[in-house]
Amino acid sequence: MGGGRAAQDLHLSARSSTEGARVSRLTRLLESEKALAAALLAPGVAILVVFIAYPFVMALWYSLTSIRVGDAGHFVGLDNFAKAVDDTIFQQAFKNTVFYTFWATIFKLSLGMWLALLLNRHFRFKRVVRASMLLPFIIPTVLSAFAWRWMFDPTFSVMNWMLYHGGMITDRLPFLSSGDWAMWCAVLVNTWRGMPFFAITLLAGLQTISPDLHEAAALDGAGAWHRFWHVTWPLLLPVTLVVVVFSVIQTFSDFQLIYVLTGGGPANSTHLIATYAYQIGVASGLLGEGAALSLFMFPVLFAVVWVQLRYLKRMEAA
Amino acid sequence: MLIERKWKKWLYFYLPMAAFIVFTLFPFYWMAVTAFRPDAELYATWRQPNAAPLWTLHPTFEHVIGLMKTTAFPTWMWNTMAIAIVSTAISLVCGMFAGYALARLKFRGSEFLGTAIFITYLVPQTLLFIPLADIVRDLRLGNTPWALMLTYPTFLIPFCTWLLMGYFKTIPKELEECARIDGATRFGAMVRIIFPVAIPGILSAGIFAFTLSWNEFIYALVFMASADTKTVPVGVVSELIRGDIFFWGQLMAGALLGSVPVALVYSFFVEYYVTGLTGSVKG
Repeated sequence: MGGGRAAQDLHLSARSSTEGARVSRLTRLLESEKALAAALLAPGVAILVVFIAYPFVMALWYSLTSIRVGDAGHFVGLDNFAKAVDDTIFQQAFKNTVFYTFWATIFKLSLGMWLALLLNRHFRFKRVVRASMLLPFIIPTVLSAFAWRWMFDPTFSVMNWMLYHGGMITDRLPFLSSGDWAMWCAVLVNTWRGMPFFAITLLAGLQTISPDLHEAAALDGAGAWHRFWHVTWPLLLPVTLVVVVFSVIQTFSDFQLIYVLTGGGPANSTHLIATYAYQIGVASGLLGEGAALSLFMFPVLFAVVWVQLRYLKRMEAA
Repeated sequence: MLIERKWKKWLYFYLPMAAFIVFTLFPFYWMAVTAFRPDAELYATWRQPNAAPLWTLHPTFEHVIGLMKTTAFPTWMWNTMAIAIVSTAISLVCGMFAGYALARLKFRGSEFLGTAIFITYLVPQTLLFIPLADIVRDLRLGNTPWALMLTYPTFLIPFCTWLLMGYFKTIPKELEECARIDGATRFGAMVRIIFPVAIPGILSAGIFAFTLSWNEFIYALVFMASADTKTVPVGVVSELIRGDIFFWGQLMAGALLGSVPVALVYSFFVEYYVTGLTGSVKG
C-alpha cells in the first residue's frame, strides 16, 4: 500500500518535472516576437482560412461547373455566367440591386446627416432619444422587416387605414403588390434600418469638430447652411466616406430584408442578386449557377473595398 | 449670436426630431400592439371604422401563449442565445490575440495580414453561403449549433481584431515594459497587464459582436434544417407561416420576444455599443 503510494508520488514528480521543462521551453519560445505573433494569430487566421478563403476558392470552382445537389457535375467553363447575363430575371435583379443600393444610400446619408445634426444639440432626454434611435439597427432585421410587412399588408395595412381615415387617399395604396411600389418600400425599410448607423457614426464625427470654428464662421456672417457646407461637411468627409463604403457593401449584398418583405415578388420584380442566387442555388439546388450569380457581386464589392484601402493608405501617409 | 427665436426652434428642431422619433419607433410600437391584440380586432380591414385603431381595448396573451405552446419558440431563443454567446466568446479571444499581435509585435508580413483581415471583414455572407453549406456538411456540422458557432466568427473576428488593435495602440507601451522588467513574460504581460486595461474596448467589441450574431440570418437559414435547431429569426420566418397563412399575432409576438434579449443587452451597454459601432468604421 505504502510502497504503491511512494511509487505514485515518484511517478507524479517525474511527470511534473518533464512538464516543467516543456512549459519553460514554451515560455522561452513565446519570448520571441515572431513565434508569439504566429501563435496569437493562428486561431483567428485558421477560422478565416477555413470558412472564408477556402469557400471563396470553392465558389470560384463551383461557378465553373454544373454541380447541383446530389450531382458533382463537370467543368462547363463560363456557361453559368453567360446564362446569367442572358437571364431576364437576373438582369432585373442586378438593376434592382443597383437601384436599391443607390437610393437607400442617398436617403440614409441625407437623413442620417440631418438626424446627427439634430442629435448634436443639447436637449432634454438626449441620451434616451439617442439610444432609442439606434433600435432599428439593433433589432434583428428579419423581425423588424416582418413588422413592416404587416404594416404594408394589402388588406389590413395600418398605413392605408390612417391615410384613408385622414382623408388623404380614397383607394388603398398597393405597397407590396405592385413591383414599382414594392421596390420603393424596400428602399424605405432599408433606409429606416440603416439611417441610425449613419446618424450615430456621423454624430461621433460631429462631436470632434470644435465649436470655435462655427463661432468664428458665424462672426464672419456665415448662415447655418453656409456653416454646414463650408465647415462641417469638409471636416466630416473622411468619416462620411467610410460609413458610405460600409453601407454600400451591406446594401449591395442585402438578403434578409427582401427575403422577408417581398420574397423577390411580385413576379420577381424585387429580387436582389443575393435573393435570386439563393433561389437558384438553394431553393432549386443548382449550386453552380447560384455560386456564379453571387459572384456577380464581387467586382462591385471589390471596387468599393479598393477605394476604401487606397483611402486608408492616403490617410496613413498624411 | 447663435441664439434662436422660439418658433425657429420649433420648426428646425422639435418638429423634425418628433418626425424622426415617430418614423423610427412606430414599427416597434405596432409590433407590440399587434402581439397583444385579439384576432377579431387584428383582422379589421383598412376601410372599416375601428373603435381603437392604434390601440387595443381587449389586450390578450393568446398569441404569446400560442407561440410558446404550438411552436419551438423557447428552443429557438435558447439556441440563438447559446450561439451568440459562444461565437462572441470565440471571436473575442481570437480578436484579442490577433489584435495584440498586430498592434504590438514586429514580424514580417504584419501589414499584409492586417490588410487581409480587414478585407475579410468586408466579405458579405451572401457571397459564400453556397459553398460554405457544403463545407459545413462535409465537416459533419450541418444542423448542429457548431455550424453557426464556427462560421459567425468569420464576420466577427475581423471586426474584433480591428477594433481591439486600435484600442491596444492607445495603451502606453511603458505599461508592458514595466511588467517585463519585473520579470513577466510577453504573454504574461499581455494577459495580466494589457487585457485588463483594455476591458472597455473588449466589452464594446463583445456587445457589438453579440448583436451581430443575434441578427444573422442567411447562414442560419441555409445550415439549419430541423425545427429544434433553428435560431429565432429563422424559426419565425419558416415555422410561423403555415402554407400561405400568416399568423400575424404570433408572428409579432415572436418578433417582439425575439428582440427583447438583444434590446436588453444593448440598453445596459449603450455607451459601449456606440463605441464599438463608431470604432468599427474607423479602421
